[in-house]
Amino acid sequence: MKQAAAPNNPLELEQTATHAKAQRRTGVMSRLLKDKWLYVLLTPGLLYFIIFKYVPMWGVLLAFQNYQPFLGFWKSDWVGLEHFRVFFTNPEFFMLLRNTLLLSFYNLVFFFPAPIVLALLLNEVRRAFFKRTIQTLIYVPHFISLVIVASLTYVFLTTQGGIVNEMLQQHIGTKIDFLASPGWFRPMIIIQTIWKETGFGTIIFLAALAGVDVEQYEAAIMDGANRFRQMWHITLPSIRSTIIILLILRMGQVLDNGFEQIFLMLNPLNREVAEVFDTYVYMMGITQGAFSYSTAVGLFKAIVGVVLVLGTNWLAKRFGQSGIY
Amino acid sequence: MSKTYRSFAGTLFDVSNYIFLSIVGIVAVLPFIYVVAGSFASDAELTQRAVFLIPKSFTLSAYEFIFSTDTILKSIGVSLYVTVVGTLVNLFFTVTMAYALSKKNLMGRNTFLNMIVFSMLFGGGLIPTYIVVRELQMLDTYWALIIPGAISAFNLIIVKNFFQELPQELEEAAKIDGCTEIGLLMRIVLPLSMPVLATFTLFYAVGHWNNFFSALLYLNDPAKWPLQVMLRQIVLLSQMAAGDMSQVDPQFVKQQEQSIKMAVIVVGTIPILLVYPFLQKHFAKGVLIGSVKG
Repeated sequence: MKQAAAPNNPLELEQTATHAKAQRRTGVMSRLLKDKWLYVLLTPGLLYFIIFKYVPMWGVLLAFQNYQPFLGFWKSDWVGLEHFRVFFTNPEFFMLLRNTLLLSFYNLVFFFPAPIVLALLLNEVRRAFFKRTIQTLIYVPHFISLVIVASLTYVFLTTQGGIVNEMLQQHIGTKIDFLASPGWFRPMIIIQTIWKETGFGTIIFLAALAGVDVEQYEAAIMDGANRFRQMWHITLPSIRSTIIILLILRMGQVLDNGFEQIFLMLNPLNREVAEVFDTYVYMMGITQGAFSYSTAVGLFKAIVGVVLVLGTNWLAKRFGQSGIY
Repeated sequence: MSKTYRSFAGTLFDVSNYIFLSIVGIVAVLPFIYVVAGSFASDAELTQRAVFLIPKSFTLSAYEFIFSTDTILKSIGVSLYVTVVGTLVNLFFTVTMAYALSKKNLMGRNTFLNMIVFSMLFGGGLIPTYIVVRELQMLDTYWALIIPGAISAFNLIIVKNFFQELPQELEEAAKIDGCTEIGLLMRIVLPLSMPVLATFTLFYAVGHWNNFFSALLYLNDPAKWPLQVMLRQIVLLSQMAAGDMSQVDPQFVKQQEQSIKMAVIVVGTIPILLVYPFLQKHFAKGVLIGSVKG
């Protein structure tokens, strides 16, 4: 924008001010016109976000209604917090909360450290060809669909000719019905996740590790640090901020157990440990048609999610980490 | 230099590290190898000796069976159609919006960006989205598998960041020569962004091929189901006496034979394994990595 010359008398100053205001007003129009093609390009995406992200956000108001599909949104009755009251007093609420939190907890304890450990071990490999080969192999499961993962689990674990049960039969003389037993559900889910995502999860840590200055290691070797000490004092601190960012993101997803995976492994026999908030929303909403009630359940989950992300981020900042916002 | 410092403990660590990583690598792909082998074995062999990597009696009967009716072929067709059209839609929506947002002096840019970031943090959830799709008359059409996921906010931001990094001089020169923004995008920005676009094409395509939930949610007519939903019916639901198994061709569902299930798994996996070398080439280049860090 053009800079006006500095005015040296009051009258001129006033004139400049009015002029600037007018210019700003026409400025908006002219900037819109100048970028008209950019706005044309922006429109499809913007419409997408409005229709499929923001209209559903406004749609959470269904949770406070008794939504009847034939009446539509505008004519359905408002019921306030009734659905929330029903949900929180339902004994199933505690089952869902326990199942969801336990799966998240096991995920955090058993899965979260796995990519870090694997990345550290890969980082110790000096032969580029070997490292590349292993990386090629371990990234594969990430791209396999969850249906395939569940199918593989079924084919391996079924009591009707699955390889695992055939081996159990041969060696200990009995079969275990993993797929239908509540006790095996959580280990099965966690093992699936570890198999599918550990390899791909190393990418982000390996990228951070690639940035570490080699001189630091050389200096540490001079000071007599062995491999383990180098790993502890140089390698690990260099990926600390990455670990913390991922931990924050993970905290925000404490109530997200990965709907599809659980849905695929859920069956009437393991429901007591397998049903989580997401699958409950699907069952109540889509299968049984309780739209408002399941929207309330979903809204509860989403709000807890936002609070958790913001809360963990705030905590991380308080402890001197950079956080994600 | 490192050789002189190599201690016994260090060597021991190296050796066990190599062994351990080799095992991890094998475990990642072993299930597929076993399933491929099993799909060519007779069912009698599968029950007799569960553990093998090369079937004694090589047979194609499992494949002959699954392709004996057009149920599977049709669902492969659906999957391919949704993958191709869906990926094109993804690219169109992502590229146009990312390009507009990559212009730092675009009026309202920050508002739009905040809007996108907020949608990553909070969403209306399953039911309100379902109702929107229903109100748009998309139920039981393939558009329901394509349009509601037209943009991944995460991918959009990465592509936007990439466009922002491109040298501005080229674009200014083209503008002086009278090129419009759309011409600029088509003739200068897109050709410069081919590696990034290839990456996202593959990621979006894999996502479409692997997606089963949208189909389950939005398509009630089994004749329209893509391969992943079919796979679930054949492998998972035949295991249980579940109510909705009667929806599919009963001839498929009643089949308990392991080799047939394995053959269906192989059919569902092969397209991914075919594009995997390309995928790996691209994401290994660090397109995603750099942006995830930033």
